[in-house]
Parts: sequence; structure tokens; C-alpha cells
Amino acid sequence: MNSCKRGHTGLKLVAGALLAGLLVASGPVLAGKRDDTIRFAYDQAPESVDPFFNNVRIGVIIGANVWDTLVYRDPTTNEYKGNLARSWKQIDDKTIEFDLREGVKFHNGEEFDADSVVYTLNFVADPANKVTTQANVNWIDKATKLGKYKVRLTTKEVFPAAIEYLAGPVVIHPAKYYAEVGPKGQNTKPVGSGPYRVSNYVPGKSITLERNPNYFKDSPKGASKINKVEIRFIPDRQTQMAEMLSGNGDLIMFVPKDQADQAAKVPHLQVVSGETMRIAFMQLNTLENTPTPALKDPRVRKAIAHAIDRESIVKNIVGAGSRVLHTQCFPSQFGCTDQGAARYNYDPALAKKLLAEAGFANGFDTEIFAYRERNQTEAIINNLQQVGIKAKLNFSQYAAMRDAIRGGKASLTHQTWGSFSVNDVSASVPVWFGGEADDVTRDKEVQDLLKKGNNSVDPNVRKQAYQQALKRVADNAWSVPLWSLPVYYVASKELNFTAYPDEMVRLWEMTWK
Amino acid sequence: MGGYILKRLGLAVAVALAVSMIAFLLLRLSGDPAIAIAGEGARQADIELIRKTYGFDRPLPIQYVDWLGKTLRGDLGESIYFKTPAAPLIFAKLGTTMLLGLLSLAFALAVSIPLGVLAAVYRNSWIDRLCLALAVLGQALPNFFFALLLIMLFSISLRWLPVSGSDTWQHFVMPTIALGYYAAPAFMRLIRAGMIEVLEADYIRTARAKGLPASQVIFKHALRNAVVPVVALAAVQLGFLLGGSVVIETIFALDGLGYLAYQSITYKDFPVMQNIVLLLSVIYVVLTLASDVANAWLDPRIRVA
Repeated sequence: MNSCKRGHTGLKLVAGALLAGLLVASGPVLAGKRDDTIRFAYDQAPESVDPFFNNVRIGVIIGANVWDTLVYRDPTTNEYKGNLARSWKQIDDKTIEFDLREGVKFHNGEEFDADSVVYTLNFVADPANKVTTQANVNWIDKATKLGKYKVRLTTKEVFPAAIEYLAGPVVIHPAKYYAEVGPKGQNTKPVGSGPYRVSNYVPGKSITLERNPNYFKDSPKGASKINKVEIRFIPDRQTQMAEMLSGNGDLIMFVPKDQADQAAKVPHLQVVSGETMRIAFMQLNTLENTPTPALKDPRVRKAIAHAIDRESIVKNIVGAGSRVLHTQCFPSQFGCTDQGAARYNYDPALAKKLLAEAGFANGFDTEIFAYRERNQTEAIINNLQQVGIKAKLNFSQYAAMRDAIRGGKASLTHQTWGSFSVNDVSASVPVWFGGEADDVTRDKEVQDLLKKGNNSVDPNVRKQAYQQALKRVADNAWSVPLWSLPVYYVASKELNFTAYPDEMVRLWEMTWK
Repeated sequence: MGGYILKRLGLAVAVALAVSMIAFLLLRLSGDPAIAIAGEGARQADIELIRKTYGFDRPLPIQYVDWLGKTLRGDLGESIYFKTPAAPLIFAKLGTTMLLGLLSLAFALAVSIPLGVLAAVYRNSWIDRLCLALAVLGQALPNFFFALLLIMLFSISLRWLPVSGSDTWQHFVMPTIALGYYAAPAFMRLIRAGMIEVLEADYIRTARAKGLPASQVIFKHALRNAVVPVVALAAVQLGFLLGGSVVIETIFALDGLGYLAYQSITYKDFPVMQNIVLLLSVIYVVLTLASDVANAWLDPRIRVA
């Protein structure tokens, strides 16, 4: 069975190589400029188009193009701008008031006003309505109408990242339509207020977006320029690439580096790489029942950090658009800093010395769990081997890996985290060190510092608390921050396309050259 | 004949039941469905809630009996991923897969009958060896690899056919060839063997002695007899082609049952996955049964065996 699988993988590689061979030889451009249609192929279909009822990237992309949020975060400056809300004011620790924009209409002609905001927020905040990613909405206590264009939002606890969430996953639905058809109806016939409207949707197969000609002119997003977007769900990456090569595709994303390198040689294609908010790091299980008790010794953990040649792996394997990280968060996130935190440069000699001091002069055996970017894990294993740590790879599905972590069976884990594109440390560090199921350190002091950061609306208090928490984690080498992960897009050369760290494909910004 | 059919029918039901049980168990053993559904970043409480909501906390035999009972009553449940009833989702895609299966079967027969006849007529010549080489290649080449080769030739180099999709007849050309080519060798070998046997029969010698033209001897007298076992094999091969469409439909993004099966495996959509496996296995069992009955009808010796 295994050899059969290996054989198939080999054949796929050969097919990939043949495909790559045809890259340079492929002929004239046939892409969507002539009919003003972006043809975008993506591997995964969303379970629902209603942004509250899916947790896949393409769902987030469709959500941002078809719907609007109260606030918009400028992806270049990270500045918050009013979108459906003209302005907002923090009344107290748990209350924000929004003045709403007038004259905005949904795609079905329904007028946008306070009712839309109040109905949407109260609907999604109710756990009985089972929003897929509860973390996006479970901080909302309630929304109250203060006037036709004025709304008050209260949060259950102090929740400083509220504006960030209101600028991201929390879109606004048309109240009357949503009350009438609910999430099922929004999935069948989606209605938003965004720069694109859905003109055709076949679940699991394709979705067609058309320019919203009545999009409100004051939106910080700006109106869409290209008339139509056809998003097709094509699971096989080779097929996606073949669509690009044959001139029938204009955009694909998450292209493996080796294929992107080849695509860059094709005359009618361009490769755009960009850093994403997704970070890679190594979890080190230091709990009482850890399968590798050696990890409880800080010298061993520091040795692991010194053993991994992150600069070289980033340069040779991870690729352009990635950078080495020194703390376990994405640098643009509010509260993320590596100031004052210990750094562990690549130094295998020091790693060996630390291991010897800890009583492991001959190294030790352990296991490393991983679920994606296997080549990166293998590079790490190779580095560890050089200082005597023999790590056996356990490569599995995410669900199985998480099962092992939560069951205390994982020693080292090559983990990644995208923070749901939320530009705030509260969406990242507390998941791994806040005392929840995935925390394999359980340090009370770090937990308290994170709680302090999460529960204050004073930016300075928050920054200081997060900095201390990140410093304590780094100084104790409770995890090894690795690098940020880039994403490669292959696009038609005719398309003006910009990649952003939040992995958001802003179709409305795109133009033809 | 009636007793024979009843016996085969009983066996078919037992096979379908066994397949459903194995499919159910394998899908459950492949990982905790609650964790898979909850996705990245879910809290333990969310996972527990899902486990309870979907009844994954009950013992496996109870879950199986519950599922089978509902399925037999026509309730296929709801897709966990697409959040719609599973039955319309599955049956809407069945047509595309059946069409692809039948087209592939037709393609396989259209290729294998002339080649099988040629190989038999020119036995042990270079033509026979060429046909054998084509058959070996068809069996040895995995269909996903062959599919990619077709894409490279017809879509990228020549630009004659679209790479993927299922909207026009052009979208079916490459999937039909990729799937059908894999099924052709079995037919070809069967026709060749049958033809060789028939061509040596007395009545063929008589036909030749009568001075009938070679084409009439081969196609009117020999082939009609040699092709009989192919009818039975075709039923089984159709079932095999329907199952094999998972890979081909995924590569060509053909919106059929195979593509849905791939998606439901990816998204851990257990109700859809289980029902597709059950549906395909029932179709396969029915086709095998039809083939057995057809064989018994054509050859009375089988009924008593």
C-alpha cells in the first residue's frame, strides 16, 4: 500500500514536471480581459456563502467582496476607517456607539439603517443560531437601536479587539431579507451591500459575481472596476495550473513554491508572493505528562531553538515573502513585539553544549507532529539531527494532530496559526498560552499577563502586558517562533493585483493593464 | 432460473450490507468526526457540543443501525458541510456521473472491439503485439496521470478542449477518454480470446468454405458470438467506471458524484460520504447481479454450477 502510494506520488511529481516543461512552451494569452471577467480558481468550496456560516478562506474573500462591515481596515496603513458606520465612539469599557452612513442600499434594494446592524449583530451573537466560528461573535452582548442611523454595541467583557472584528468577519446583512430567509436563504440567494453582487451560485461548483453599479461612493473600499468575477472550485492543483497555462484562468492562490517558480517563466503569467499573517512555530510540550521529559529542562528547549537554522530555511525553502520571527505572533498585530525578548541565533555548537549540560550529550529521541509544509518540518528534523536530537516525523491531518496535542501525546509540534486574519495579539498568543486546551506550557504568570492585555481598553496597558508575556515565553524558550508563511499567487499578466498579509483577495481593487 | 436469481439476490443484499458496514466503520475510524467538523481553532466545548448534536457520543453499532434504518426509509440525512439535505445533493450529481460512465463504457467498447478483432485475426503478428502493448499501457498507466497527459496535449499545447468544468459536451471528451481507456484492455483481451476460439470453430470454417467475404465471416458470424461474454463484463465494468470517476471527476472538476465524494472526504462530510459509498456499492452490486443473471440466461450451465 505504502509503496503504491509512493509510486502515485512519484507519478504526480513526473506529471508536475511535464506540466512545468510545457510552461515555457505554452502559447498565446486568452485570459478574461477581452470579456472583462476575472476567472479565479480555488480548491475549496465554502460550506455556505453566508460569511457567518463558513470558516474557509474563500468564504472570507467572498464575504468581503459581496458584503460590507461597519469599519474598514486599510490594509496598507492598518488604519481603521468608517465603512457602513460614518464614525464611532468608545463610551465606556464595554460600550461603543456608531453613527451610520445614510443612503446605502443592499443589492436587493433594501435600505441600510440601524435595523440591519441591530438585527445582524443580535442574530449572530445568539449561540442558538450556531455561527460557525464562535470566536468571531461570542464577545457581542447586544446591539441597540438609538435612532434610524445610530446604534449602541455592548460587549460581554472588556473586548479591545472589537473594532478589529467589526472590520473583518462581522459583516452586516439586510434586516428584512435576513429575517425572512435566514442563513439558508442567504446561502441560496446571497444579498449584501458590497462592491460585487452574486449573480449565480452553484454550491460546490462555482459562484459568479457582478459589479454592483450602485455601490456607495464614500466607501473606503471603492467601487469595483472589473465587470464580472467567476470563481470556480477546482480541487486539483495541477488542473488549476493547467487552466492558467491554457489561458482560461486569471488567478489562483496558495500555489506551491516550486510550481510558482516555474510559472514565473511563462510569458503570459505573473507570480505575486506576499507575506501572510500565518506564522509557523514549534510547540514544546513541557507539561507533567510530556512524552519527552527532557523538554522540561530550559537548556534543552534553548538548545532546540539554537539548533534550527531559521534564516537558511526561510531563504531556501519557505521562500520570498517570509521572515524569521523572534516572538510567537505576527509583527503587524496590535501588541506583537520582540523587544527585550531573548533571541536564539543558529548556533549548533552552543546547542550541543547546552544539551551536554542538561545531561544529553548524546542527544535524545523524540517525535515531531506536523500537518502542513512537510518540507519545512523535514528541514527542522535535519537540523535537530545535527545536534543529536533524533525526531521522528508524525505527519497527520490537523484534526488528528490536535487530538494528540490535547491528549498530551505530542512532544514537539510544528504548528501554524493564521489568527483568522485578526490584526490583534488577542487572536493569537492566548490560544497557545492562555490556559486553554492547546496550551502545553500552562504558566500562570503568562496567563495572567495575557488576561490583563485582553481585558483592558487602554492601548498602553495592553501593549505592556503582551510584551511582558511574550518576553517571558521567549526567555523560557517555551516555544520556538519560526517564520511567517508566504502565499504565492499566479495571475494573468494583464491583471493588476496586489497581495496583502491578511490573505484577502480584494477583487474590487483589481483592474486590467 | 428463479431459484438461481433468488440466491444471487440474497447474496447481493448481503454484500451491500457488508459494504455499508465496512464503509461506516472505516469512515468513523479515520478520525473523530467532531474534531474534523469543528475545524482549526475550535474550543473543547464546541467539539463536545458537535459530538452531542450529531450523536457521535453514542456507541458505534447504535450509530450504524440508526443510520441504516434512516437510509432504508429514504432519509439520507443532512450534509454537515453544505447544510442541505443530502438526498437532493447526491441525486443532482448522479446524472453527470452516469453519463460519464456510459460514455466511457461506449469509448472503451469502441476502442476494444476493433482492436480485439484485429489482434485475433492477425494473431501473433506485429498488429497483435501492438494491441497487446496498448492494453498493457492502458492497465499500467494510472488514470489520473493519463488525464494530466491529455490536458497537456489537448488543452495546453493544442488548445482544442477546455481543461475543466462540466457545462458543454467538450468538457466530457477528455474525462471519457481517460476513464474509458483504463477499462478498454479487459474488453480487448476478452474479445481477442473469444474471437480466436470462434474463428477456429467448424461453422466459421464452413462459412469460409462457402466463399463468404472475410469481413462478413468476421463481423457477422464470428464477432456476434465472441461478443456475448462482453455484455456481461460491460455491466461489471460500468460499476467499476462509476467508482473510478472519483479521481477523474476531481481532476477535471466535473460536477458529478465522484467530485462530490472527493469534496465530502475533504470536508469530513460523513452523511454525504456514507451515502455515496452506499449508493455506488448498491449500483455495483445491482450491475453484478444483472451480469450474473445475463450470464446464466446465456449459458444454462452456470445456473446449476
